Amino acid sequence: MTTAMTAHVLMHAPPVVDPSSAHGVFSILWLVIALPALGAVVLLLGGKRTDRWGHLLGVATVATSFLLSLILFISLLGRHSGNRQVSQHLWTWFTAGSYHVEFGLLYDQLSALFLLLITGVGALIHVYSVGYMEHDDRRRRFFGYLNLFITAMLILVLASDFVGVFLGWEGVGLASYLLIGFWQHKPTAAAAAKKAFVINRIGDIGLSLGASLIFVTFGSTSFAVVSANAHNASSGTLTAIGLLLLLAACGKSAQFPLQSWLLDAMEGPTPVSALIHAATMVTAGVYLIVRSNFIFSLTENARTGVIVVGCITLLMGAVIGCAKDDIKKALAGSTMSQIGYMVLAAGLGPAGYAFAIFHLLTHGFFKANMFLGAGSVMHGMDDDVNMRHYGALRKAMPYTFATFSIGYLAILGVPPFAGFWSKDKIIEAAFGDNLVVGLCALIGAGVTAFYMTRLMLLTFLSEKRWEKDVHPHESPTVMTVPLMALAGLSAVGGLLLVNNWITTWLSPVVGAHVEHKLGVGSVGMSLIALVVVVLGAAIAWQLVGQRPIPTVAPEKVSFLTRAARADLYGDAFNDEVIVKPGVAGIRGLLVFDATIVDGIVEGLAAAFTAVSNAFRHVQNGFVRSYALMLFAGALVVLFALLAVNFG
Amino acid sequence: MSFPWLSVLLGLPLVGAVLLVLLPAGVAAINVKRAALFISVAELIIGASMALRFHNGDGTQFTEKHEWIKAFGAHYALGVEGLGLSLVLLTVILTPVVILASWNDGDEGRWGPKAFFAWMLALEGLAVGVFAATDVFLFYVFFEATLIPIYFLVGGYGGPNRAKAAVKFLLYNLFGGLVMLAAVIGLYVQSARHHVGASGGPSYLLSDLSKIDFGTDVGRWLFLGFMVAFVVKAPLFPVHTWLADTCEEATPGTSVLLVSILDKIGSFGMVRFCLTLFPEATHWATPTVVVLATISIIYGALMAIGEDNIPRLIAYTSVSHFGFIVLGIFVLNSQGLSGSNLYMFNHGLSTAALFLVGGYLIKRRGSASIKDFGGVEKVAPVAAGLLLISGLAVLSLPGLSPFVSEFLVIVGAFVYSPWAGAFAVTGIVLAAIYVLLMYQRTMTGPLREDNAGITDLNVREIVAVVPVIALMVILGFFPKPLLDMLNPSVHHSLVQVGAHDPGPNVTPSGSSDEGGAK
Repeated sequence: MTTAMTAHVLMHAPPVVDPSSAHGVFSILWLVIALPALGAVVLLLGGKRTDRWGHLLGVATVATSFLLSLILFISLLGRHSGNRQVSQHLWTWFTAGSYHVEFGLLYDQLSALFLLLITGVGALIHVYSVGYMEHDDRRRRFFGYLNLFITAMLILVLASDFVGVFLGWEGVGLASYLLIGFWQHKPTAAAAAKKAFVINRIGDIGLSLGASLIFVTFGSTSFAVVSANAHNASSGTLTAIGLLLLLAACGKSAQFPLQSWLLDAMEGPTPVSALIHAATMVTAGVYLIVRSNFIFSLTENARTGVIVVGCITLLMGAVIGCAKDDIKKALAGSTMSQIGYMVLAAGLGPAGYAFAIFHLLTHGFFKANMFLGAGSVMHGMDDDVNMRHYGALRKAMPYTFATFSIGYLAILGVPPFAGFWSKDKIIEAAFGDNLVVGLCALIGAGVTAFYMTRLMLLTFLSEKRWEKDVHPHESPTVMTVPLMALAGLSAVGGLLLVNNWITTWLSPVVGAHVEHKLGVGSVGMSLIALVVVVLGAAIAWQLVGQRPIPTVAPEKVSFLTRAARADLYGDAFNDEVIVKPGVAGIRGLLVFDATIVDGIVEGLAAAFTAVSNAFRHVQNGFVRSYALMLFAGALVVLFALLAVNFG
Repeated sequence: MSFPWLSVLLGLPLVGAVLLVLLPAGVAAINVKRAALFISVAELIIGASMALRFHNGDGTQFTEKHEWIKAFGAHYALGVEGLGLSLVLLTVILTPVVILASWNDGDEGRWGPKAFFAWMLALEGLAVGVFAATDVFLFYVFFEATLIPIYFLVGGYGGPNRAKAAVKFLLYNLFGGLVMLAAVIGLYVQSARHHVGASGGPSYLLSDLSKIDFGTDVGRWLFLGFMVAFVVKAPLFPVHTWLADTCEEATPGTSVLLVSILDKIGSFGMVRFCLTLFPEATHWATPTVVVLATISIIYGALMAIGEDNIPRLIAYTSVSHFGFIVLGIFVLNSQGLSGSNLYMFNHGLSTAALFLVGGYLIKRRGSASIKDFGGVEKVAPVAAGLLLISGLAVLSLPGLSPFVSEFLVIVGAFVYSPWAGAFAVTGIVLAAIYVLLMYQRTMTGPLREDNAGITDLNVREIVAVVPVIALMVILGFFPKPLLDMLNPSVHHSLVQVGAHDPGPNVTPSGSSDEGGAK
């Protein structure tokens, strides 16, 4: 019986990070990071000299990193499945007492996928930006920031230690800050950038304290040590670590209650929204949870927290997406919602980790595709973002329309496009866990169909609503080619699930995949989901497609619409509960400091002088005379100095 | 006899200061400035050569000892371990930076550039003396002596209310100094009673004093005497108000010398004297100091958020950062103390950069009020970039050197008590607010008309700040050389204070193979 129990424990024990050190082709791992880092340094320090070719260097570094990532991936495929974790030690970062933090990289099945996503989608978006930013006289700097972002994001997913993750984590936060505020002469952009950084820092509390608690518990913050010993920690500790990491994930991935920055972040140039605020950075929270599966798999309580956060956010984001007239904000609400799905999946544990990553990848394709599509539309519409001013753009922008449509079908979950496979799996796993969670995921799919159909209707279909002097036109090839590539990926991304490839591939990292059989069966579930999606789309068709669309948003709308337009009052809440009292409190504190503190200290000074006088009386006359001499000496210096008149 | 490195480092700037003053009146101001810069660069080269000869882990080095006042047991005794050396290095690195950055700041003062740079050099020499003294009496003399140059630099070259600010600075610090003097005398009494000196008499040598068991009451009183002076110096709530007032009036260079270097005497003194000489009292005071330090972190940051005057804002960020430094010392574990020692150096760099770049902008705009700025990035992109990087260092962004120190202090605080860690960590959010709010209000948005005349930084100004920023980047990714220097003295301090690091809660499995150890 003991043997049976041990076997049971072993089966469910999360896998241990136990890499072998990198040699052969894997020794180029560091180059994947170093190339974009070099690009960033040259572009940001090179100044105007690099203006002419800066964007090309920016594209070249990331494209080369993609090629390297591809070579590494193929090499990893060629290895035996038990031997696919590779580590590269670069240098010792810092040491304090028994605490060592290495600057080390971990390349395994999970980071391999991320490398391809980051450098692949990253390279496409770099190419697109060459056209999109062509007329911006700070284009070189833009590419410098983009390269900086890619560098930090690669550090985030390759670090072998929680503190290394933190370096990348804050690095992408910095790049995000710089890029949201890229047009910083606009006060709204500058404010949005600051807001994003500050709210992310609230999440960073979670990562800082999480790393601290991990150190206190395990004496190390490296994945290898923590994963090997996690099962020995108490469940309370594991839950606390899990919840702290969840807080961090909420900040970076714009999950409730730290979601409010993402909608404002749309102030950044559209390629930034596509790369950072859709495809990669905002999904870092999902990465963190899945990477820390050796913690989360052992704590059901923390996983429940993850699921709750995911469910709330997936519904919130979807509802917000329904009411936005700004095409980018509608897509941003959608991003929140889709990441909600990923977080939800990650919270399901071994049943969901792989699907979280699967959806993260397909979402990276189709959402980047649609954001770039939105950018292409804006490009042709003189940077107008209001969908009420669009309409019937399918003719003016055929390539943008075609590629966007594929993204649309993918996010709705229409077979055989990528989103169908990945979202369906999450809904199925959610029902396997809990009926309420399943229903949330299912309803979310319906609402997604509604807001995306609304977006398609307002933008590409319906009647034209643009002004006479606007001349919508298709974007240049340098922009449409990345759209086609991403549309292609959005169409075929589901192939990752063939033969359960992705679950098998990831199982050495996240543990053996567990499947719950549903009463309706897999196909039945898919049919139900499809019906809900069609329903959502049909309602949008009825409400939006069959009525005239006013170019000014109507004022008389339902409470829900008003709430959704106001981002479900997230900002209002923060303003009333945190910002306003905070500002008032700080004002009071300034007065307090200038009057009370300054005043009391004068009083304390007198008290301490009395104490020091007491000391003088303790000892005999000989000592006292020396003491008095010294005091007198000090006083003479004092008076001499005070006597100097500065005028 | 080996080469007296520390005496040279101490003497060169002092002699240089005197020579500067003695220069004939006919010498052009530019040559006075060049001479000052030359001396400080020579000092930097000597300091760096000395550091290269330092052997990590070999205890106090470059020692010199001469009897000075026999009746007191006072010696002219110098020597540095890791922490002292790092702060001497900080001093010799920042002084040329400050001189170059303050090139024209002495022109309009009361006594002209000659006295301005002479006081700066004098301050450099005295600061080296403070960090290198291994005799308590000598330390005290240097400690008090450093007040004089700052007093004249603030009072002679500051803003309109400089006289008042100089007096406030002096009164606060002399008050702290006098309380410490009482403790210094008390030490003499104790050393005479315990006959620790070489010939059975009194001794002020740290090595002799550390042999004494002061007993609970005496130890605590003496500890308090030192601690009060140090807490005023490395200002903690509630004795911090002088710092903002002083920085508001001082020239940016003076503020750097004061906040980046001299205030470190406080935190340095806590480690070197309070922990080493009074271990029992240290343990006794720990809870109180931890609470005060944590309050300082949050209080200083909140004040900085609300502050409109740029130098005052930076002064308050330092109150917050000294909170971190003192917290790291008094949690009495390796992570906290290593972080804290490293923080002293890193805070010196980040605050120097911020003060200097802020100073460049204030000089151009003719106002230190954030309200008077707006959209400056448009006309001064280099200044904006440097302000942002300095600000990011102040908010401890990973990749820049302050991060490692702040992270270690937070970990150390957490090891001490999760609550201490949880309160301290709020500082990272507040720091993001005060730094980015300042950047947003000064640099972003449309360019204000009254800001259109602001010019970007000139080559001299850039050259002065860039080495500091480069050092922060290098030490952000590779702090090892500095930590290797500091860690042995951290270990030594912890041994002396009798503190032990708790082991991990979970004993590691013997093997990393899954299930192998079960």
